[in-house]
Amino acid sequence: MTAAVSKEFLRPGVTLPFCPGCGDRALLKLILRAIAELEINIDDMLFVSGIGCAAWIPSPHFNADTLHTLHGRAIAFATGAKMFNPKLITMVISGDGDLADIGGNHLIHAARRNIDLTVICANNMNYGMTGGQVCSTTPQGALTHTTRDGNPYRPFDLCRLVAAAGAVYVARYLVTQGDPLVNSIKKALQTLGFAFIEAVSPCPTQFGRQNRLDTPRDTFRFYEDRCISREDAEGMSPTELAGKIVTGEFSNGRS
Amino acid sequence: MAWKKAKSVLPAGDHYLSGAEAIAEGAIAAGCRYYAGYPITPTTETMERISTRFKEIEAVFVQMEDEIGSIASCIGASWAGAKAMTVTSGPGFSLMQEGIGYAIMTETPVVIVDGQRAGPSTGQIFVGSGDVMQARWGTHGGIPAIALSPWSVQELYDQTINAFNLAERYRVPVFLMAEATTAHLRERIHVPQQLDVFDREKRPGAPPFGTEEDDGVPPMPAFGEGEKLLVTGSTHDAHGIRKTSDPVAQQRLSTRLYNKIMGHSAEIVDCESHYLEDADIAVVCYGFTARSALFAIDRLRAEGLRAGMLRLKTLWPFAGSIVREMSSRVRKVFVPEMNMGQVVEEVMKYSSCDVVRYNQMNGQIIHPDTILEQLRRLL
Repeated sequence: MTAAVSKEFLRPGVTLPFCPGCGDRALLKLILRAIAELEINIDDMLFVSGIGCAAWIPSPHFNADTLHTLHGRAIAFATGAKMFNPKLITMVISGDGDLADIGGNHLIHAARRNIDLTVICANNMNYGMTGGQVCSTTPQGALTHTTRDGNPYRPFDLCRLVAAAGAVYVARYLVTQGDPLVNSIKKALQTLGFAFIEAVSPCPTQFGRQNRLDTPRDTFRFYEDRCISREDAEGMSPTELAGKIVTGEFSNGRS
Repeated sequence: MAWKKAKSVLPAGDHYLSGAEAIAEGAIAAGCRYYAGYPITPTTETMERISTRFKEIEAVFVQMEDEIGSIASCIGASWAGAKAMTVTSGPGFSLMQEGIGYAIMTETPVVIVDGQRAGPSTGQIFVGSGDVMQARWGTHGGIPAIALSPWSVQELYDQTINAFNLAERYRVPVFLMAEATTAHLRERIHVPQQLDVFDREKRPGAPPFGTEEDDGVPPMPAFGEGEKLLVTGSTHDAHGIRKTSDPVAQQRLSTRLYNKIMGHSAEIVDCESHYLEDADIAVVCYGFTARSALFAIDRLRAEGLRAGMLRLKTLWPFAGSIVREMSSRVRKVFVPEMNMGQVVEEVMKYSSCDVVRYNQMNGQIIHPDTILEQLRRLL
């Protein structure tokens, strides 16, 4: 993405608040790149977010209509706006704790209703803004401030969850997989119906630090080493896939 | 001004409706075009009627997964330009409280009907008035909204329209504090040909979250109008820019949100007086209880006993100055309520005479004979 595109879409005067090495900064740029490449007029869009680091991606930074809502309720707010004014190209951008923990009920029901929303979940696998606590996407065994002996529970596979709930487009990519992720966001925006993208977004400050991933590079490597494409994962046993991050499309435009 | 004359959607004339149905018709008349809700007794019939009636007009009905989602989607729809409503009962009203705080902070017009029943918790599905204080103090932060109290099916229709007008006029959530008995009551109501409705004011380019005055109501644009709106529940300046560590911005916003309602309480508050001119004793009451009280007072008047009644049509802001003035002219004030004592505490704050309470919370209306008996003892 050129600097010009980035500036055009950013609200004048804003400075990005993300920590050094935060995946959300990369995700912000990739989302704007997808919008620019589709040549969507950003004034036709509405960005809705909840509470948390990722919720700050659109608000206040995107120079468009933004609705920064309550923790967990972004999809429900977006449902009202989109259903009353279907012309609004509505994108929800929020974190995993926001969308899948406190807001999990709204996520599955909006997918079931097949509301025409594009939902981008920046998954950093913990509660980053409150200082690094366990959440429903934290890998089993990972250290957080509320799981000092390691997370005893299995994480949600968000893509399988949302696909099972009826989303017509579902995909997962790392924020370092720039081109595939941009293409995926473009597909999601062009999908008529509920589209969900899990953008795995490393959190060096909280998740990395607690799990002895001492530099942002170590944190990114932790995720990249666990990545496996959907095609390569075909035929692998659940034991072989344990702890892996499967990337690719899980549901593609067909309801 | 943003007042206009609207033609009634329901044919003008007399209709025989339940209270819950009258809420639906009042909302449609006021211009409600977005409804989100979750079934709960005693107001499910409102949602059922809306779901059918909205098919006849251009309007959106969504049955949400819970009351948290209901209020959230109403706020989203309101910012997309809709007059929006959700209808619930006490347990659902509690679930909505965080969203209500968000609506107050973002100055979002929305109407919330609470068909009150005997709580706490599931309690009974029969009548109660236990949510009066919840309407004032239920949400975090303590900034006031507006709450109305209807006593009849006619008033469920009229007050629903009034609730929308107040919500739009002051950019605030408005609560219609109905009760199970009036929601399920069937009565004849009169629907006029024309009604007054208030549509939110728009001023392109004007700051949507601030005014020069410290009690002003800013104009409200909608999404999709090219205003590049920044709507946030965090502390913000007049343009919506977050000011989360600026004490001046927090104080300025809190002050205006408070003054916007309390500074206009004289315009908002509505009461009805019965026999107060020469009354010895005044009954201060609201909702269905006022029907029992008026029945009792009529009987006492027929015997030459001087009882009167002040009926609170607005619960919040509280009619403090009206109660203060009234209490200086009577010997005693009697406050019967279908809870363990909520409005009576407010009445005591403003009264210069003795205030006597009567509290019944058994899921039944307070019978006129009960009020009669109490008043005979006090007169």
